[in-house]
Amino acid sequence: MANPITTIDAGTATDIAPKTPSEVESPSVPRRHLFDMDDLTAAEITDLLDSAEGMREITTRDIRKTPALRGKTIITMFFENSTRTRVSFEQAGKILGADVINITASASSVSKGESLLNTVKTLQAMQIDALVVRHPHSGAPYFISNHTDASVVNAGDGTHAHPTQSLLDLFTVRNHVGDIAGKKIAIVGDVLYSRVARSDIMAFQKMGAEVVVSCPNTLLPDEWQLGSTLDASTGFGGLKLARNVDEAVDGVDVVMALRIQQERQEAGHLPNLREYSDRWGINTKRMALANDDALLMHPGPMNEGVEISSEVAHGVQSVVEEQVQNGVAVRMAVLYTLCAPGKSVRVGGVDEG
Amino acid sequence: MATRNLAITGGRVIDPAQGIERVADVLISAGKIAGITDGSSGSVPDGYEQIDAAGKIVSPGFVDLHTHLRDPGQEWKETISTGTRAAAHGGFTTVCAMPNTDPVQDSAAVVLDVIRRSAADGVVRVLPIGAISVGQHGKQLAPMVELADAGVIGFSDDGNPVTDANLMRQALKYSIEVGLPIINHAEDKKIGAGGVMSAGTVATRLGLAGVPVEAETVMIARDLHLAGLTGARLHIPHISTMGSIVALRSAKECGVNVTAEVTPHHLTLNDEWVYGLKGEVPEQVGAEAYDTNTKVNPPLRSKFNVEAVIGALSEGLIDIIATDHAPHAFTDKVCTYNEAAHGINVLETAFSSVFALVDAKKMSITRLIESLTAGPAGILGRDLGSLKKGFSADVVIIDPDSKWVVNSDEFVSKSTNSPLDGVELTGRVVQTIYQGETVFDLNSAAAHTGAAAGAKA
Repeated sequence: MANPITTIDAGTATDIAPKTPSEVESPSVPRRHLFDMDDLTAAEITDLLDSAEGMREITTRDIRKTPALRGKTIITMFFENSTRTRVSFEQAGKILGADVINITASASSVSKGESLLNTVKTLQAMQIDALVVRHPHSGAPYFISNHTDASVVNAGDGTHAHPTQSLLDLFTVRNHVGDIAGKKIAIVGDVLYSRVARSDIMAFQKMGAEVVVSCPNTLLPDEWQLGSTLDASTGFGGLKLARNVDEAVDGVDVVMALRIQQERQEAGHLPNLREYSDRWGINTKRMALANDDALLMHPGPMNEGVEISSEVAHGVQSVVEEQVQNGVAVRMAVLYTLCAPGKSVRVGGVDEG
Repeated sequence: MATRNLAITGGRVIDPAQGIERVADVLISAGKIAGITDGSSGSVPDGYEQIDAAGKIVSPGFVDLHTHLRDPGQEWKETISTGTRAAAHGGFTTVCAMPNTDPVQDSAAVVLDVIRRSAADGVVRVLPIGAISVGQHGKQLAPMVELADAGVIGFSDDGNPVTDANLMRQALKYSIEVGLPIINHAEDKKIGAGGVMSAGTVATRLGLAGVPVEAETVMIARDLHLAGLTGARLHIPHISTMGSIVALRSAKECGVNVTAEVTPHHLTLNDEWVYGLKGEVPEQVGAEAYDTNTKVNPPLRSKFNVEAVIGALSEGLIDIIATDHAPHAFTDKVCTYNEAAHGINVLETAFSSVFALVDAKKMSITRLIESLTAGPAGILGRDLGSLKKGFSADVVIIDPDSKWVVNSDEFVSKSTNSPLDGVELTGRVVQTIYQGETVFDLNSAAAHTGAAAGAKA
């Protein structure tokens, strides 16, 4: 007699299975949490990106829905404003059939002064499977993971890390250039405060790319010197710190501009945004220094006319919208990998039965 | 006042104030030191109770120039009762209570209240420190003469640096009236720009805003010049950077009237402890990272600066060790690193943690004990920190070979915020005697730990 549970799982397996099931296999070592790119080996990153390929296929179907995570509860908990990250996590969870509940700080008991600890404990009591967290304080997801049984996914913590952005950036680049190893990436902008910069440096280096950054000296950590290459003790060994932006983008395969915030000007890091735009903005002239088919990326939201000119932001080399699209597939892969750790066992059992 | 006669026999007596370091017997009578014998007689005078200290170190009770008792106003973190008991556990028989209480100790009324309640509830000596400015707001000088008359031993707006250089200048000038030191928490908060740990590789990797060492160094340089200008007494709390040491050396060479302290944690821990692996550097940052018990101000510095302060203390340039014991409640530390309160619970681990430097041959045991006894007593200008005949019988007995594992749940302090929790230390205070009375005995303390832990919960 068929086990009804198994029957449901069988449906799950066939519904989500793309052409080659191995492409959506979980990484060999199941990860309970995703905090930063240093949690993952290059092989695990490749597995996740392969899995995202399968997920992208699902997002192009007429009926974009699978029951892969049916019965799972995912909470997105955003203590900072966000459009693309929050929506793409929600969409990713819903396409996979999970119940997704969104919490924002302003509309929760946090606004009544409830501590992060008690907020997490309250959610923990509701039997959740995954907690997607964005928080203005570096390290908040690590703290949360110590007080919940759910898988914690870092959706951006302070000035520390934003691993799913890095995965979607890797995914986007891989789709265009194939193998990332040996490619050159220039990251231009607010390195000091950018969690995207940190995670992307780590991610692209891990996949064998050469990374160079350029920014005003005031937006680098004090111990980093313009014109030098960092050693391994920094955790970002091999990172090149270009003397100027033209040197940074010269002959690269990817140019990534980072958002520059008005606050940097107010805090004395920059004289004004006009000078920033003139000196570090990515425009047609600077893109011409990169390889002919170089990609232009930006994690968004963009300040057009400041760190990126409108011409290049919407030009033929821009993959900014693709980054957003790929965000859903990559986050599906992450949620699926974390929330369905028994998947491979169950799929195997069904195949045999 | 104790009336018992006590003979502490056969221990290695170290009393740097008298230049004594030999196996001898310490005799106590009527709460005072009655004398130190030339050698250990092995016998006890008639009418004396014996404490066998063979194999142990016998030292004057420690004097802490920098303690936060949190009382009045934050009694959920610590009280005079629990804080002085924690002091006794750590071998301290005198603690100087910082004035950042609620209300602030900026008037005789509050200071006298602390003195009165310390006599009633405390088990060791409490000497209050008065505020530099009214409410520690850095605007208007506190009534220093009134405070000195009430019994304060110095002035500090601890935690709040005196940012206004002219107010600092006036505070130093005015303090000459009473001859007591100004103790300024040296930090230019603007340079730090909201940082939560020391700037450097670890901060960058963890994405935490870093405070450069210069935030401390520039303020110390300013204060040293103002002390030179006024001729007043400056005491620098919790010095932690190489730059500060260079400035201190130069000022001392120029005859500036300055003393300085360093904490046990700035001598023994570095910024890599923020990774949460007791000083190990991980391949990948894990869930134990962002250990809020390592958050302290000034922040834990790089190994380079740690070695610098060890060297400066060892040679005597930094005068003393002071704990900056800063108890904080669970809710102040079980949160994100940014949200966490600054401060480490130090009293009960102070000696043992620094004793590791003696084991590592970075400092002599005599210098270590001097920096906890004769050094701070000299800054206070009181008959403390020595086993001279007639001094208060404040004695600590130390087992230099005892290995123990720190368990902060067993602290008698009301709080548990120690990054050393779970760390094995060597050398332990086994008995503390204050005015001739035993205020801590490790053997009988074991029986009390259950009750203490229960009271804490």
